[in-house]
Formats: sequence, C-alpha cells, structure tokens
Amino acid sequence: MPLLFSRTDKSRIAEWWWTVDRSILAGLFAIITFGVMLVTAASPAVANRIDVTEGHFILKHMIFLVPSVVLMLALSFCQPRTIWRIATLVMAGGLFMMLLVPFIGAETKGAQRWISLGFVSIQPSEFIKPAFAIIAAWLISRQKENPAFKGYIYGMGLFLIIITLLLQQPDFGMTFVITCMFMAQIFLAGLPFRYLFVLLLIGLAGLALVYSSFDHVKSRIDRFLSPETTGGNYQVERSIEAFQSGGLWGTGPGQGVVKMSIPDSHADFIFAVGGEELGVFFITLLVLIYGFVVIRGFRNLHDSHDLFVILACGGLLSMFALQAFVHMGSNLHLLPTKGMTLPFISYGGSSLLSMGFAMGAVLSLTRRKARRTIAKSGFSPKWPSPSMAN
Amino acid sequence: MKHLKDNTAPIMGQRSGALGLAHGRVYFLMAIFVLAFFVITVRVYDLMLLQGAFNEEAKTKLYERRMAETVEDQDSAKRADIIDRNGVLLATSLKITSLYADPKIMVDPPETAQLLTKIFPDLSYGDLLKKFEDKKKRFVWLKRNITPAQQNAIMYIGDPGLAFRDEYKRFYPQGSLTSHLVGFTNIDGKGLAGIERSYNSILRSNAATDEPLRLTVDTRLQHILRREVEAAQKDFSGIGSAGLIMEAKTGNILAAVSLPDFDPQHPQNSESAPMFNRVFQGVYEMGSTFKIFSTAALLETKNIGLGQTFDVRQPLKRGNFTIKDFHPENRILTLPEVFMYSSNIGTALMGEMTGTANLKSFYRKLGFFDKPVADLDEVGQPLYPKNWRELNTLTATYGHGVAVSPLQVTGAVATIVNGGTKVMPSLVQAPDIVQAKEKISSAPRVVSAQTSENMRRLMRLVVTNGTGRKADVEGFEVGGKTGTAEKIVGGRYDHNKRVASFVAAFPIEEPEYVVFVMVDEPKPNKKSYGYATAGWVAAPAAARVISNMGSVLGMPAVEVAHDAAEPLLQYVSTKGGHE
Repeated sequence: MPLLFSRTDKSRIAEWWWTVDRSILAGLFAIITFGVMLVTAASPAVANRIDVTEGHFILKHMIFLVPSVVLMLALSFCQPRTIWRIATLVMAGGLFMMLLVPFIGAETKGAQRWISLGFVSIQPSEFIKPAFAIIAAWLISRQKENPAFKGYIYGMGLFLIIITLLLQQPDFGMTFVITCMFMAQIFLAGLPFRYLFVLLLIGLAGLALVYSSFDHVKSRIDRFLSPETTGGNYQVERSIEAFQSGGLWGTGPGQGVVKMSIPDSHADFIFAVGGEELGVFFITLLVLIYGFVVIRGFRNLHDSHDLFVILACGGLLSMFALQAFVHMGSNLHLLPTKGMTLPFISYGGSSLLSMGFAMGAVLSLTRRKARRTIAKSGFSPKWPSPSMAN
Repeated sequence: MKHLKDNTAPIMGQRSGALGLAHGRVYFLMAIFVLAFFVITVRVYDLMLLQGAFNEEAKTKLYERRMAETVEDQDSAKRADIIDRNGVLLATSLKITSLYADPKIMVDPPETAQLLTKIFPDLSYGDLLKKFEDKKKRFVWLKRNITPAQQNAIMYIGDPGLAFRDEYKRFYPQGSLTSHLVGFTNIDGKGLAGIERSYNSILRSNAATDEPLRLTVDTRLQHILRREVEAAQKDFSGIGSAGLIMEAKTGNILAAVSLPDFDPQHPQNSESAPMFNRVFQGVYEMGSTFKIFSTAALLETKNIGLGQTFDVRQPLKRGNFTIKDFHPENRILTLPEVFMYSSNIGTALMGEMTGTANLKSFYRKLGFFDKPVADLDEVGQPLYPKNWRELNTLTATYGHGVAVSPLQVTGAVATIVNGGTKVMPSLVQAPDIVQAKEKISSAPRVVSAQTSENMRRLMRLVVTNGTGRKADVEGFEVGGKTGTAEKIVGGRYDHNKRVASFVAAFPIEEPEYVVFVMVDEPKPNKKSYGYATAGWVAAPAAARVISNMGSVLGMPAVEVAHDAAEPLLQYVSTKGGHE
C-alpha cells in the first residue's frame, strides 16, 4: 500500500492521518455518498409537489454537506479541550435561539422549531443535541475526578431545561433522542442498574403521558399497533410497498415510485426510497456501514482511559445509532412513524451540520494517543482500512 | 501530542473502578446496537425478499394495487349517472380527450405552435409560443375536449412535447329542466351544486361500478310543472316562480321547479342570480297558506267544534297593532268560513285561543324552526322572531313573521293531509321498497286522523266555495289554500310586492299528491281585473298542473257521490265567495 504520509512525518496533517480512525471516516464518507445519491433520486418528486425547481433540494443538500464535512474534519483536528469549549458555545447559542423560537420561530406542520435567517432556516435543537452530549460527559467525568463537583446535578438540570424547551415546541422525537442519549451516558458512568430501572420507568410514564395527552402521538401509535382497525397508515403502507417492489436488485436509482406518494420522502422516508431503488444488497450494505461505524466507535472507547471521552463519544454514538435505528425502524414498520432524519443521508441542513459536529467530535476524541503505558497485547482486531490507492 | 489529562490517567491494570465499569458497559451498549441493526437487517430481508421478490402473491397484489391507483387517477373525474325515477338520464359522464404541452421536452416550439394554429384556428400563435417558452413547466393545458380527427392531426405533428389526457366530461341531457336539482360540476368533475354536490362522493365511488343514482323526480311531471309555473310567472310579470310536486305519503319529490333557471352545461353564462333555488333555499313569509297550520293547531290542541264562531266585525287591535281583513265580511263567522274566506281577524282570534306555547310547539313539530333535512346542501334556514311576543302568535297564524321555504310548506301540508304522520321530503330514491315503507310506518304522528280529515274538508271547501275556486279540476277533488303575502322591502311590508302561492292536495279524500305553486312579485293584469292575489295567479296554474298530471299518471277523473266539503256546508251561510 503506497503511503500517503510517512510514519515519521511530524506535520499536523500527517499526525492526524496516523491517529484518526480512518475506518470510521471512510464509513461516514460512504454514507454521505449514499445520501447524495438518494437525495438526488428522491427530492425532484418532492420539489415538483411544492413547485420549486427539480434541483432545489439537491443543490441545498450539497450546499449544507460541504460545511458539514469541513466542520467534521476541522473538529477532528481539535484537542478535547477545544471540543468542549466549542460545545459550550454551541450550547449557549442554541439555548438562546431556542428561547427565541416561540417568539420569532416559523411554524410548520403544527410545531414551532425553526428560526429563519433569511436565506436559510435553522433548527437550534439539532445543534443542542451533540453539544449537550459533550457537556454532560464533561460534567459527569468532572464529578468522578472530584466528588465535590456536583456534575450529575448540573447535567440533570441542563437536561430538564432542554426537554422543557423541546416539549413546548413540541418536538417529541428530539426529546426522545436526547433522553435516550443522556440515559446511555448515565449508564456508562456507572449508575447502578436499579436506578436505571427507575429512570426507565419514569421514561415509560412520560411516554404514556404524551400518548394520552397528544392526539397525533396517540393516533400514530394506535395506527402502528393495530393498522386494521384504525385504517392503517398511508405513508407506512407505501413505504412497505417500496421495500417489496425493491426486491433483489431494486428499480434502479431514480426509478422508484414511492417518492411520488410520500410527502417527506427526501427526509423522513429516504430509507424506503433507498430500499426501492437500490435493492436488498445495497440497502443491507448501507445498514452494515451504519452498524460498522457504531461498533467501531464503541470499540475505540474500550481502549480509552478517559472517562470524558467514553461518556461523550458513547452519548454521540448512541445518538447517531438511535436516529439511524428509529428512522429505519419506522420505514420498515417496526416502530411507529416518527419523523427522524437518517444521519448524513436525509435532506435537512441543520441535521447535516449537527451530525458533522457530532462525528467530528467523535473522530477527535477517539484519535489514538501516544501512551506512556505498555502497548496492549493480545487480541486486537484489525479493521480493514479504506484503500488509499490513487 | 499530549493528552490534557495524561498525567492523571491510571496505568494499565490499575484502572479506576469507574473506568472499568464504563468499559464493561460500553460493550453492553454496543451489544444493544448490534442487536438493533441485526433486527433491521432481518426485517429488510423479510420485507424485500420473503414478502417481496420471492413472494409471487405479494408481487401480484402490489401490481394490482398500483394499476388500480393509476386507473383511479385517470378516472378521477368520472362520475356515476343520475337518472330520474323512470330511468331517464339526467346527468352522465362521457370520455373526452384533451391536449396539453410538456414544454421541457418540446423539440421545435415555433414550428409546433404554427402547425397547431392550423388545426385549431382559435388558438393564437403568440399565446402558444409563450406557453412553450416556459421550459421549467411540465404541464400546460392547450385545448380541452378535442375530436378524434384533431387528435390524429396533432399526432402527425410528431412533437414529443404534445401529449393527451383522457378526461371525463359531465353532460346534462335534460338541460335546464332539472338544473337546480341535479346541479353541476366543475371541469375537474367535482360537484358544485345540487345532487352533484351533496352526493359527490357517492357519485364518484359509484363510477367504477356504473351504478346510477336514481332520483324520485319524474321528468314528465317536472316538464309540466315548469311549463305551467313559467306561464303563470309570464302572465303576471313575476320576477321568479317556484313549483313543487310531492307524494303526500312518502315525501318523495316528483318535481321541483325554480325559475329563473340555468344551463348546467354552462352555469357561468347565465345572467342575474338563476342559481338560487327558490324551492329549497328561498324562505318566504307565506301568508294565508299558513292558516292550514294554525287552524290545525287549534283543532289539535283545543276540543272545539267546527261550529265555533269568531267575531270579525271589527279590526282586531292589540297594543299599537291592528289586524284587518282583505275583504271584510263584517259579521260573525264560523271556523270553516274563517278558513274559506281567509279572514285574518278570525285566524288571529283562533291563535289567541290556541295560545302561544301550543302554536309554537305545533310549528316546531312541523319543522318550521329548523333547517330542513333535504337531499341537497342548498337549503334555506327558516326565519322567525327570536324574541317571540304575544303579537307574533297572532301574526304567525296567517303567515307573517315566519319565513319558510316552499319545500317546508309542501312537506308540512303533506303531513297534515296524509292522515297526520310526519313526512320527510326526499329527492333520492330509497334503494329498496321495504326500507321506504319502514320509513313511512315509523314516521312520528303530528296530528290525529280526525284533525287531518277536518283539514282536508276545510281545504276542499276553499276550492269549492272559497278563495281557491280557480284551482278546481273536475274529477280530481282538489283541496287547497291560497296565500298572498306582502314582501318585506327595506324592513317594512311593501304593498306592491307580493308572493302569491297556492298549495293543493288531491284527491282530497285520500291525498296522493301535494302541489305547490308560487309566483314572486306578480303584477295585476287585465284578465285578473287588476288582482294579483293567489286565487288569480297561483290557483289556476295549480289546476293546470293537476289536470295534466292526471293524464300523464293515468289517473281517471272520478265523479264522487258526496263532495268532501259537504259536511261543512251546514256551517257556511252564504254561497258567495270572495277572493
């Protein structure tokens, strides 16, 4: 394998190249490539429906993809301390904007989540999500070092503020993701199982409360549980058909029809578009790449000796995995429909940037360090590195 | 590169408890996500292969559903036929072809535009070129409803940017005859008025099975009614007119005419406000026709004989208000005389006897205070005093202060004369006879059979001896009641603007049909000796409708031994009638 950089090269880029997890990077670029292809295939149908030019969403996807990738790469160069500082700034800005949302936010489809900045509108809660993972990890790991520091309490307080703001928008999907992410972090931090069990019960009670007090949530869950009696769910029926008609080889990119009948096919149902157009092999490949990135990321954490890194990356990877799982699961009718974006694939500027931020932080924190310790011996699986030819 | 906490990091093998725990739990979380993605993969294989590529049945089902959707898309404008009770076609959908352009893939816009103007001289070259210039658009209508020859010529142009779409267009073979009942659709096949609107979804869903919607209307009677009502309107230079024929027992509407009417094929071309359905939507103060209901209310609620007398010698003064008679009799009248001469004073006195509560509850039972349930969406909301005082009771007995639609009046008369059970007017034929019979037998009773019989005799008396003598048709035993009401213009009654109506039931012994005729703002003519009252305007038209109905329906003229009004003659002192 021809070397891009010499092992002994001490430049920053060379150092980065040898320490960053290139397999995860390769996986993410593969996902991004799938994303460009699927948005290109799905969005013209959506664009035609809302009367913008066919290339509208494709162009906007690209426009957001570039800063997202740049942000990810730039963050991966940063020190953990810098990551934490940036997260604090993002959190402050995000919270400020979320407070503004009820006053100047744009309302779409019954919820107020967006702030318009003239040429683009952004969803502050998307940026709060990764920032919170990093800050909560820092707060908890500080408490582990210095028990006098009440990191858990601060973390919990911040969590409650965020979900209060989210619930009044209302945005149950985001609340769900942040809650699960925070619970994963608390779990990693070593909270005894019995407390986790209590938290789980509180979470289920909250879910039941949301189910009984919000009609649209109730109807979605009812339609998921008993499609025969409640008339079923049009979008999910179309989505299932998309997978069925995809079959072995798929209809070919751009040739599917599901995008004609599902309103948000370029965002909330892009996995179904993929299933229909790419066929079973390529869509399995996509699922495996997501799984690979997640497993590889967690595997790296096992080698880490920094609780902050473990908690932050554990939270961010859980978020990444959970979003992918919920998106695929609702497309496949395994879960009730919940408008959730598929990381790095679904159309959506805020989501793309937020994912760039999250995975940039993961790449940065999991960079291999020169250890003062004896090199680890024994089984250490070799992951295939991406080809560096050409 | 040094890690910021390197100096605090423990040596391998001496990991802190927290770190060790975290490492263990990392694997636990990882296991959960591995499981999650495994489930996703299994489900992908399940849906795409087991339920998809390898499942012929599922594939067939999917194909059929998608085909059905495509067909449905094309046929969205197709609607079921509407027919009358005898199967006469009132509305039907025919397939037509329309031409559109797809500018994005058009090869040679100038040439295509030029060739198109040759086929369609009414299209302008400039307009076409402008439509073709907008390359972003994928769909521009060029010409709806083209002929097969034109389509053939267009195909010879050979430009891929010209395409056709088959559509269904609605046609109304009876034209304006049933315009208010059948209504019309827009160009996309959505019902906008009449049955087309109120039965829109059924007409659409029945299109697939070609199951027509059968109305209770009889086109032959509709034609008779329209002709006679129009003649009455013309004779007396009215601004509009209305007519209704209803089956007395079932409430089925056999004919309903509102003039002016319009051409449902081109509804937008009609002048003035012809869309307005006077029978269903219009509410009018009906005047003396209402005496049928106030008299029935008295007979039903108070135990009095027909010999009851009322002193009508003086105008009736109540507070500032004075009730006068149109033709004062200046004597004491019996109840039948009050009815046949249509005395306002006498009827008002009857109202006082009935009492406000009784009269109101009776009117409510007849449905005069609620929007009627009809098979059309266009029904008028009745008007009545929200703050009902004693005086309102008096005027309401002769039809002032309460405005209802001709549909409501006719239905209420049918209810009174059919033996006393409530009639629900309907325009759409009940699907089966059993159901229709059930509807009649379960109808609530409004007046007793005795009251119903008395009212029929009184109505007959009006035609034999009273104000409605011009409505008599020999051999058909017509009973009825005239009503002339002044219209309210700018908040007060205008003496020169009237609504003249006549409601008839026949044969009066056991009525089969109720006929209603109304002329809006009739003006006196020479033939009527300067009168424009109901007896001159509406009663003769009703008579002509009834005699024509007899021949169409094959009803023989019957000579009866004893006239229905005979038992009442003992209460009537003079034979001379008044208008």
